Amino acid sequence: MKGNEAIAEAAIRAGADAFFGYPITPQTEVMEYLMETDATARTGMVVLQAESEVSAINMVYGAASCGRRVMTSSSSPGISLMCEAISYLAGAELPCLIVNVSRGGPGLGTIQPSQADYFQTVKGGGHGDYKLLTLAPSSVQEMADFVALSFDLAFKYRNPVMILSDGAIGQMMEKVYLPEERPRLTEFPDWATTGTRPGQHGRTITSLNLLSSVHEVHNQRLQAKYRQMEQEEIRYEELYCDDAEYVVVAFGISARIAQNTVERLRAAGKKVGLFRPITLYPFPAPQLAALAKRVKGFLSVELSAGQMIEDVKLAVGSQVPVEFFGRLGGMVPTPEEIEGALRKYFSL
Amino acid sequence: MDVKDIIREENLVYKKSRLLTDTPFNFCPGCGHGTVVRLIAEVIEEMGIEHDTVGISPVGCSVFLYDFYDFDVVEAAHGRATAVATGIKRVMPDKFVFTYQGDGDLAAIGTGETIHACNRGENFVIVFINNGIYGMTGGQMAPTTLEGMKTATCPRGRDVKTMGYPLNITPLLAQLDGTYYVTRQAVHTPAAVRKTKRALRQAFENQKNKKGMSIVEVVSNCNSGWGLPPLQANRWMEENMFAKYQLGDMKVDGVLQMR
Ligand SMILES: Cc1ncc(C[n+]2csc(CCOP(=O)(O)OP(=O)(O)O)c2C)c(N)n1
Ligand code: SF4
Repeated sequence: MKGNEAIAEAAIRAGADAFFGYPITPQTEVMEYLMETDATARTGMVVLQAESEVSAINMVYGAASCGRRVMTSSSSPGISLMCEAISYLAGAELPCLIVNVSRGGPGLGTIQPSQADYFQTVKGGGHGDYKLLTLAPSSVQEMADFVALSFDLAFKYRNPVMILSDGAIGQMMEKVYLPEERPRLTEFPDWATTGTRPGQHGRTITSLNLLSSVHEVHNQRLQAKYRQMEQEEIRYEELYCDDAEYVVVAFGISARIAQNTVERLRAAGKKVGLFRPITLYPFPAPQLAALAKRVKGFLSVELSAGQMIEDVKLAVGSQVPVEFFGRLGGMVPTPEEIEGALRKYFSL
Repeated sequence: MDVKDIIREENLVYKKSRLLTDTPFNFCPGCGHGTVVRLIAEVIEEMGIEHDTVGISPVGCSVFLYDFYDFDVVEAAHGRATAVATGIKRVMPDKFVFTYQGDGDLAAIGTGETIHACNRGENFVIVFINNGIYGMTGGQMAPTTLEGMKTATCPRGRDVKTMGYPLNITPLLAQLDGTYYVTRQAVHTPAAVRKTKRALRQAFENQKNKKGMSIVEVVSNCNSGWGLPPLQANRWMEENMFAKYQLGDMKVDGVLQMR
């Protein structure tokens, strides 16, 4: 099935309680699949087409306040519209899943795949000091696998989680092993505003603190949560890195293409490897720093003008050179182009 | 006679709803907000639904609603109350949900959310405070600001040629098939307060009976924003606001009321 369909089917199987969305290419199949397969009849989950992404994400905020497993999906311009509410979700500590099947910008840009929303996703997007736990699938299988995982991480940390995918993975057809079906929640966390129990005082979901001294403490608590994510949630994959001299760092569709490059070069006897961050936040910086002690150079490959490379450089420091290769505006590099960049920078 | 002689059961004329906390209201003295906040608590208490109620307080003078109510309240981003309410109501269709929105929230930044929630016939209650101004941010022009009315962002009076006309939004909402009950009330006299309370009760009963969207607009004052002492503000409201925003029912039991 298509990556977008895998997300939708996995959501039903993950026991999602609600999906709110607004059509935008290249992710529209998510909601179409939920409607077509009648997710509501299957599990009772709510599926609603909102009048805008602004509205959709605020519906997510409402349902998340009730402790439900709730999600939305969109693509780059739609995610931009959602950013205010994403900041509210983080501030009010509400769990939810947001899927970005990203496309090329800026502006209306193109419907072709892109990874130029990296900064928006991991460096903010919305206002304030917050972080989105971000997973970057590089196959249709991972699109399916990351849905239940995202819900669980969102609830573990009371924080929104993003799946940052791209138009290529979203539209790609691959075989998938679908996850087991699990039931929807029947009990909800104590903080959820589901109506009070007799004897219980009213609860509040809010991100507002007029007293700066109180708000600083709230922010420090959020930061402590992010530090915990950095300790416990880093996910990555290494291919041929054990004896590698040069390592390509790439996520999502770029990693798929780079894997091809690396395997070809290995066949030609070149000691190259691939490092694939799976969580973009928390970024596998300690692992890259350790790898830097063993290799002679890194090449960051991205569908952007170079965004993740900043995090690679922060991790690697001045230990070894970090070079960049990317295509822009919806163009996807070929394995040969990546090979060319490796040969150019590292005279392989 | 001292205080103890006065505080007796037989002298009781008003009792604070137990759904109101002891946190003092942060509204300016004489402001209509406090009265409406109290009426909602009374209606919920009288219906005995406080354990099944979630209120939504968007940004505006009413953002601290959650400090005043002893039931669950969710704060929403400016303008998004009806989207948040939709999310809550859709996953908990048997709970009572209401939004409490100012005119900036409902009729400017949140117009889209308002119209579409009404159009979908979402089964919750909108309480809409129309005071013709942005109270919280210090008295700027609202969509409902009257022609010629002075505010901080139209200090020489609202010029409709460049700033648009006062937006009379509730009659528009009454036209939508999804709305079931649309009424406009006030809280400037005891009689008006009683009528508003009846309207709020009706709105919550409609929700109980799953009738769809009920909207209770309250034309109210903003002494601070209007720069008038409370009594004068109320007089000004009667003479000017009520002329543009006439009180009364616009839609009852899903039927438009002829004027
Ligand atoms: C996105 C965004 N824009 C602007 C504001 C600033 N703001 C806060 S309240 C408000 C207007 C409030 O007016 P109204 O909704 O009429 O409620 P009132 O304060 O009069 O009760 C504005 C513009 C905000 N909080 N968020
Ligand atoms: S600013 Fe206006 S609306 Fe706000 S509390 Fe004061 S009088 Fe009421």
